[in-house]
Amino acid sequence: MASLEYDVIVIGGGHAGCEACAAAARTGAKTALVTHKISTIGEMSCNPAIGGLGKGHLVREVDALDGLMGRVIDKAGIQFRMLNQSKGPAVRGPRAQADRELYKKYMLEALQKQKNLDLIEAAAEGFSFDGNKINGVILADGSILKTKSVVLTSGTFLNGVMFVGHETSIGGRIGDVTCTGITPYLKSKGLKVGRLKTGTPARLNGDTINWSVLEKQHGDEQPEAFSYLTKEITQPQIDCYVTYTNEKTHKIIRDNFSKCALFSGLITGVGPRYCPSIEDKLVKFADRTSHQIFLEPEGYNTNVVYPNGISTSLPADVQDAFIHTMKGLENVEILRFAYAIEYDYVDPQELDNRLSVKKIPGLYLAGQINGTTGYEEAAAQGLYAGVNAALYAKGGDKDFIIDRSEAYIGVMVDDLITKGVDEPYRMFTSRSEYRLYLRSDNADMRLTQKGYDIGCVGEERYTVFKAKKENLDKYKKLSNDLDISPNELDKYGVITKKDGVRRTAFNVMSYEGVSRETVSEIWPELANIPDDVYEQIEIEARYAGYIKRQLADIEVFKKDEKLKIKEDLDYRQIGGLSNEMVAKLTKVRPSTIGEASRIPGVTPAAITAILGYIKR
Amino acid sequence: MSEKTIYALSTLYGKSGVAVIRVSGKHALSAIMEMTDIKNVKPRYAYFAKIKHAQTNNAIDSGLVLYFKAPFSFTGEDIVEFQTHGSKAVIASMLDSLSSMPDYRLAEPGEFSKRAFYNGKMDLTQAEGLADLIEAETSEQQKYALRQMEGGLKNLYDDWREKLLTILAHLEAYIDFPDEDIPPSVIENIQNSVFKLKESIFKHLEGNTAGERLREGFRITIIGEPNAGKSSLLNAFAGRTAAIVSDIAGTTRDAIDIHLDIKGYPVMITDTAGLRETEEEIEKQGIDIAYNKIQDADLVVCLFDASKDSVQVFDNLKKSFKNKMLFVANKCDKLTFEQCSVLEKDGCIVISAKEKRGLEVLFERIYNHISSQFTTGSNLLITRRRYRDALQEVLDNLQIFNFDKEIELSAEDIRLAARALGKITGRIEVDEILDKIFGSFCIGK
Repeated sequence: MASLEYDVIVIGGGHAGCEACAAAARTGAKTALVTHKISTIGEMSCNPAIGGLGKGHLVREVDALDGLMGRVIDKAGIQFRMLNQSKGPAVRGPRAQADRELYKKYMLEALQKQKNLDLIEAAAEGFSFDGNKINGVILADGSILKTKSVVLTSGTFLNGVMFVGHETSIGGRIGDVTCTGITPYLKSKGLKVGRLKTGTPARLNGDTINWSVLEKQHGDEQPEAFSYLTKEITQPQIDCYVTYTNEKTHKIIRDNFSKCALFSGLITGVGPRYCPSIEDKLVKFADRTSHQIFLEPEGYNTNVVYPNGISTSLPADVQDAFIHTMKGLENVEILRFAYAIEYDYVDPQELDNRLSVKKIPGLYLAGQINGTTGYEEAAAQGLYAGVNAALYAKGGDKDFIIDRSEAYIGVMVDDLITKGVDEPYRMFTSRSEYRLYLRSDNADMRLTQKGYDIGCVGEERYTVFKAKKENLDKYKKLSNDLDISPNELDKYGVITKKDGVRRTAFNVMSYEGVSRETVSEIWPELANIPDDVYEQIEIEARYAGYIKRQLADIEVFKKDEKLKIKEDLDYRQIGGLSNEMVAKLTKVRPSTIGEASRIPGVTPAAITAILGYIKR
Repeated sequence: MSEKTIYALSTLYGKSGVAVIRVSGKHALSAIMEMTDIKNVKPRYAYFAKIKHAQTNNAIDSGLVLYFKAPFSFTGEDIVEFQTHGSKAVIASMLDSLSSMPDYRLAEPGEFSKRAFYNGKMDLTQAEGLADLIEAETSEQQKYALRQMEGGLKNLYDDWREKLLTILAHLEAYIDFPDEDIPPSVIENIQNSVFKLKESIFKHLEGNTAGERLREGFRITIIGEPNAGKSSLLNAFAGRTAAIVSDIAGTTRDAIDIHLDIKGYPVMITDTAGLRETEEEIEKQGIDIAYNKIQDADLVVCLFDASKDSVQVFDNLKKSFKNKMLFVANKCDKLTFEQCSVLEKDGCIVISAKEKRGLEVLFERIYNHISSQFTTGSNLLITRRRYRDALQEVLDNLQIFNFDKEIELSAEDIRLAARALGKITGRIEVDEILDKIFGSFCIGK
């Protein structure tokens, strides 16, 4: 094996690693996934769920680029819900509970089927270099796997330390080892490495929960798939349940604040605010007497239940006491206690817009190592880094850049590399300035062609995409060509102003209360539009004015993105830049004027100076 | 970006004995080389030199010449400053000479400040404030310019920014965290907050043409028949204030603009002489022009010869302009004391322009009228068109905001309003919104 040379080696078999190795292999690179345990590939270490607001958008984008996550969750999902169903289409996010074991199983199958991909069970402990360029991965046994590029997706495994109360143990996840070898290599090349923390709640034995007293939460009656390739979700759907903390719960937690690893200062890493521990919630919102806790089964054939909402770093005996105060959990058996985990991450300002480490050519980072949190965020970065690593290994000058106006992936990458992180980064729709355009229904229209052109989208998906696109173009044109007068509209019960102006079918589709049936009745030639195509035309009709403005904004945005800045630009040479500006710009080394303008603290004056300089 | 070298008269045209003409940009030094005989000019030294026309070589004037080397200048660029005599002929020749220089052009309003800003010499609000300060021709203007520099206006706008940020955060929380228990009252409160914000911005915009007036001068129009004594009144104004800025002929042959300083307020008096020969004429041919003049004016001084006419001659104008009309009965020297009392009781100011009687009262009334416009509403003034435009954009987006459409479209209205306000106050960043969300709601699992 030592004589083999790979194009891309992906380290880590989590959600970033899976997408990275599959994407690199799809792009035509000879790829290996190095993971310390093949049996934990695709493990959902925390919440057994995929999707949500912003996150669901990311999964659709991964899917549009022929990634795996959407297809796997479609097979492994046990409860599907479209969040924000009552709100508009741009802010709807698909979410699904997963059967943890099935998810792993289907993910592993997908990787095993992938051409160009070897799965290697080994622990990576370091890198070999040719100058600054990476050229190999050193395994725990001392052997070296030669490669042209590496995607490092270490998750929480770099110097992972777990906490339950004041008790600490070393490891990247419960029952797993940590990795201490890699961080020194990163530091030796001058990378800024910091600590972040996250946590996962206790697990409960569902057989000992008194379900009958708890309120149910159903999934959607007609589950909507994540993947554009999935035709239908056929597996049975299960229910989740809700319980609440109460004043007794809160008293126990408050009485034991001092035993908490976070408050006692034992953990120095910063945790995500959107996954606050229960003790965090009690401190920040002291006046609330109750918090809701979702009880989510982890699969069809397991009694393990995930209590969503009570992650904590309190000691085991305190957890034991407070969990039993809640309705339905009076006699629950706790299978495993909650723990917090602290790990190394690399300041993402060390990366360029391909997720490539600027100081180490050939090294790409994705997932929690970049300071993000979440399976979906990890998967999206993994895919992006995997494609770019493959392109790099092939030589040539192609790269795969997705900008803020194209996808949430672009928003995330840009946020990470220009702003850095000071807490684990999670996607929200509010992060996108082009939210009405970056929807989960049109991820394929935004990305699939681009992915096909670069080589990461296979023929099967492309065929499906092309058919949909043809229909979309055809029917969009048709719905703009067909029109009707207000008087005729009246006959169908659609009341509009009698101004004599003919309304196009596109206009009529945007009216509130006008059903698809009515539209088909007026124009029988529109009756046969496929559902997904109709939906998209209808959304565009309803958003029309806003979308137009947003597309105009995108055009302006693209202008600045097109102005490239040379990687080795010496900012000190630019007249009129203060030392502070020079330092900020030198640290981030933006690749476009647009990126430069989004670095916090970089002033319009500085941008003008750079513009003046590079235009010369 | 700033390729062209710009120049402008930095003092007021014709105001004082000294005129300052400023040149800024890469090629500023060539103005010294082409227009003077100074050799080896050193930065920050004042040279007394003969100044000639760059093209014709004709002598223009003698004056002081200074050079500030980039980046140690107001704009951060090379600056050359000429201090010449304030004569119109000299100024005209200077500007003509500079315009003939290659890569030179006349500066746009505020362009010096803008360059200073782009070169990191000041932040945007400071730049705006400073521009006004430089232009401040009178003490009152200076007071407001200074207040803006200190951030009075900034505080008000920052307060609105904070309010908009809160609204946006609450909307975004509602959108991005559907599974969290965000109380429904949050959405009701948003509607309330938007309404209140709309009101305050509307009021601010409404009451605030005064700020722009302060920069441009208050417009006073004198109307009255030719025999009413307008010329005498104008002379009296001029004589009293001794601060005539210019008497440039106006756009119509008979109209004259006079710039005055009344207790610190810049005032521009327009005489509509000739437009109103008789009452009938106003109604007929002259009516449009006269009407426009009156409409544009901040104050209309209605002058009549009290010995011949009565205040009723202005009756038909009263319907539209009652609030800004000041009735002045002239030639009281020809009236009895009783007649004067009657006029005063009718609300007229009784003067004799010829004998300079009653003028103090008239000035006082004019001053009161002007200063009252500064005390209505907020005392902070919109001194820049840019603010006005941005605030109007904020308002436009808030106007179309409602909850009858999809919530992401309502949120888009607020986002666009926030973006417009950001042009004045600095952008509202996503991280600020998230900070607000996590600070306000118990979110996350």
